[in-house]
Amino acid sequence: MKNRKRFLPLALAISGLTSASPAWSDLALNMTPGVTAMSREIYDLHMLTLWICVVIAVGVYGVMVYAIINFRKSKGAVPAKFTHSYTVEVIWTVIPALILVAMAVPAARTLIKMQDTRGSELTIKVTGLQWRWQYDYIDDGVRFYSTLKRDANAARKKGSGVDPKTVENYLLDVDNALVVPVNTKVRLLVTGSDVIHAWWVPAFGVKQDAVPGYINEVWFNAETEGTYRGQCAELCGMDHGFMPIVVRVTSRDQYKTWLASQRTQTSSLAQAQ
Amino acid sequence: MSSTTIDTHPHGHHEEHHAPGGIMRWITTTNHKDIGTLYMGFALVMLFIGGAMAMLIRLELLQPGLQFLNPSFFNSMTTVHALIMVFGMIMPAFAGFANWFIPLQIGAPDMALPRLNNWSFWLLPFAGVMLLMTLFMPGGGPAGGWTLYPPLVLQTGDAFPFAMFAVHILGVSSILAAINIIVTIMNMRAPGMTLLKMPMFTWTWLITAYLLLLAMPVLAGGVTMLITDRFFGTSFFSAAGGGDPVLFQHIFWFFGHPEVYIIILPAFGIVSEIIPTFARKPLFGYAAMVYATASIAFLSLVVWAHHMFTTGMPLGGQLFFMLSTMLIAIPTGVKVFNWTATLWRGSLSFETPMLYALAFLFLFTLGGFSGLMLAMVPADIQYHDTYFVVAHFHYVLVPGALFGVFGGTYYWLPKMTGHMYDEKLGKWHFWLTTIFVNVTFFPQHFLGLAGMPRRIPDYATQFADFNFISSIGAFGLGASQLIFVWVVVKCFKGGPKATAQVWEGAHGLEWTVPSPAPHHTFDEPPVIK
Repeated sequence: MKNRKRFLPLALAISGLTSASPAWSDLALNMTPGVTAMSREIYDLHMLTLWICVVIAVGVYGVMVYAIINFRKSKGAVPAKFTHSYTVEVIWTVIPALILVAMAVPAARTLIKMQDTRGSELTIKVTGLQWRWQYDYIDDGVRFYSTLKRDANAARKKGSGVDPKTVENYLLDVDNALVVPVNTKVRLLVTGSDVIHAWWVPAFGVKQDAVPGYINEVWFNAETEGTYRGQCAELCGMDHGFMPIVVRVTSRDQYKTWLASQRTQTSSLAQAQ
Repeated sequence: MSSTTIDTHPHGHHEEHHAPGGIMRWITTTNHKDIGTLYMGFALVMLFIGGAMAMLIRLELLQPGLQFLNPSFFNSMTTVHALIMVFGMIMPAFAGFANWFIPLQIGAPDMALPRLNNWSFWLLPFAGVMLLMTLFMPGGGPAGGWTLYPPLVLQTGDAFPFAMFAVHILGVSSILAAINIIVTIMNMRAPGMTLLKMPMFTWTWLITAYLLLLAMPVLAGGVTMLITDRFFGTSFFSAAGGGDPVLFQHIFWFFGHPEVYIIILPAFGIVSEIIPTFARKPLFGYAAMVYATASIAFLSLVVWAHHMFTTGMPLGGQLFFMLSTMLIAIPTGVKVFNWTATLWRGSLSFETPMLYALAFLFLFTLGGFSGLMLAMVPADIQYHDTYFVVAHFHYVLVPGALFGVFGGTYYWLPKMTGHMYDEKLGKWHFWLTTIFVNVTFFPQHFLGLAGMPRRIPDYATQFADFNFISSIGAFGLGASQLIFVWVVVKCFKGGPKATAQVWEGAHGLEWTVPSPAPHHTFDEPPVIK
């Protein structure tokens, strides 16, 4: 191990080839940091683990490459006779254990926060169906389905002749988006009605299976207004790839206006029935 | 014992007079080498069938939009590709190596239960054909993923009972093979071959066989419950009847995670044979390697729910399965470090088996790193069911397990055929395979991190570039395997005569018998120093 300096540049080059560099994150090579405190913590944890792996990789791959280059029979290398070493074996058992502890502590801390659904201001029931989502604002009497947008649905058919690149937000847009107010702790009650689906919006750091017979709780608190997209993340049959999720995060005022308009729609629908 | 085997004498070559010739030789054989060859031939055929499915998958994913396959057929392809590759390709290939080389490595004349051995193999073609048949049935083949999650899997059409029964038969075959391997290793070692003198390949298979015995019956139970849910009105997995869909996932992964190690441990064993041979230096820390393998196997039984972090598990469960999963990194690290230490101050040469073992070392470790990342529950919430997972498990299965198969084939082929394989072609096969494996699977890490879910036949346009690269890599990877067939066929047909030892640095009983290994070996137990 004395010769570490000699092979470091080569090892760095190899690890550069074999690991995702965060500098490229603009090119969608990396996970999104997202727009919630939790998604940022997840991102940081992801980067921490990635860098720990890169450092270990540089060390381990470095030694391998050094051995491959220097201990060649063609260079006249004569094999050593050693078969084991109690000391190094203990060292390379204990050090990884310590590294793992260092990783487990922040992971556990984040996990505990993720599971804390207390103090939410808005509760929405999310139901996965083959192959759309239903959103139920249970305290406000607003309920609607959210389905893949029509233009994308036509374009995605086999032999449609439509170039997906000409469809805006191809496969990632819906007719009715979920609307939530900004800076609000939103609690989702996620369930499935037929098979298992999974509600996933990467920017919120939320992925929750929608299991028939279960009501799973998750929460998010979006800090930036905007439109965020996700997809079903559990194989749910033929059109699993075609049930996107769109969440529009608006100001609280806009949210109130939207909710009022939805209420009238829902009640007029109820009267019509 | 049949009269044909009673008549067999230790003189080695006149057993041909009694054994049937032609096709009947292969159907009725009880010889461990013949059965080993059958297993490997079956695995090779399945490699190409499962590979063809992968080519179809990557063809559809070459560009956004649906060009070639319907979504349900696409789902059948991902499902059956996985089942074929896991149960029809990797496991039989390693069972083939076990049959050929465990008796040779421990100085036994054959497997302990030769007729059971015959049956273990001959169940496979029937199960394989039944599984493939389902693709042509009304309602299409199974399309709910190889994980068979209910309620989705219960929506399968007429194919359902056939697919389930195929899985059952594959399981029976594996259990029988595992029993045979355990009994052989425990009872038929040559005098003086204590457990801690056994070659690493035999050791890893002994541990694998125990894992098979623990895991496969659990899968069989789960599959049986699916069958009764569908046909006999039970509600094990139906919430409406008081059952629980997540229960199946626990059952499946209690089998499924040990299965991961069932697939990789024999590859560990092969790599542990190859590296010392071509480093001309004994395996570093042999005892530690054995204990590390056993620890990995034990831990593999208590980590299953790390496949289920998004199902709505309580905090305590998530913490336990995160920590137990991270623990696996320790014995796995020990293995990687010991292989590296074996290289250290050795005298290395780079024949094709060694190239595969070294690529295994680099790329399996890479898959291990992404595995460590996946263990972190909060981050796994983002990775789960994306292409990041697809990249991870293909890194451990292709340059992991499959490179173990390739390395083992080049390593032992001269012993099996009596001829050296074509080194130049072998190296072409190696370099093309290794380059295309990375072109195929490395970009999939980026796709997953950027948010592409797995098991989708079509994708948003921002994923187009990396999918294109990945597909091109996959076509190259598929085409490169034709070289492998060419090398193997050529080696069976002829080539430079192989010596008994074959490789300058090879040690162990299998290298003391002539090449090709005669039909019967070690009729008299060898003397172990």
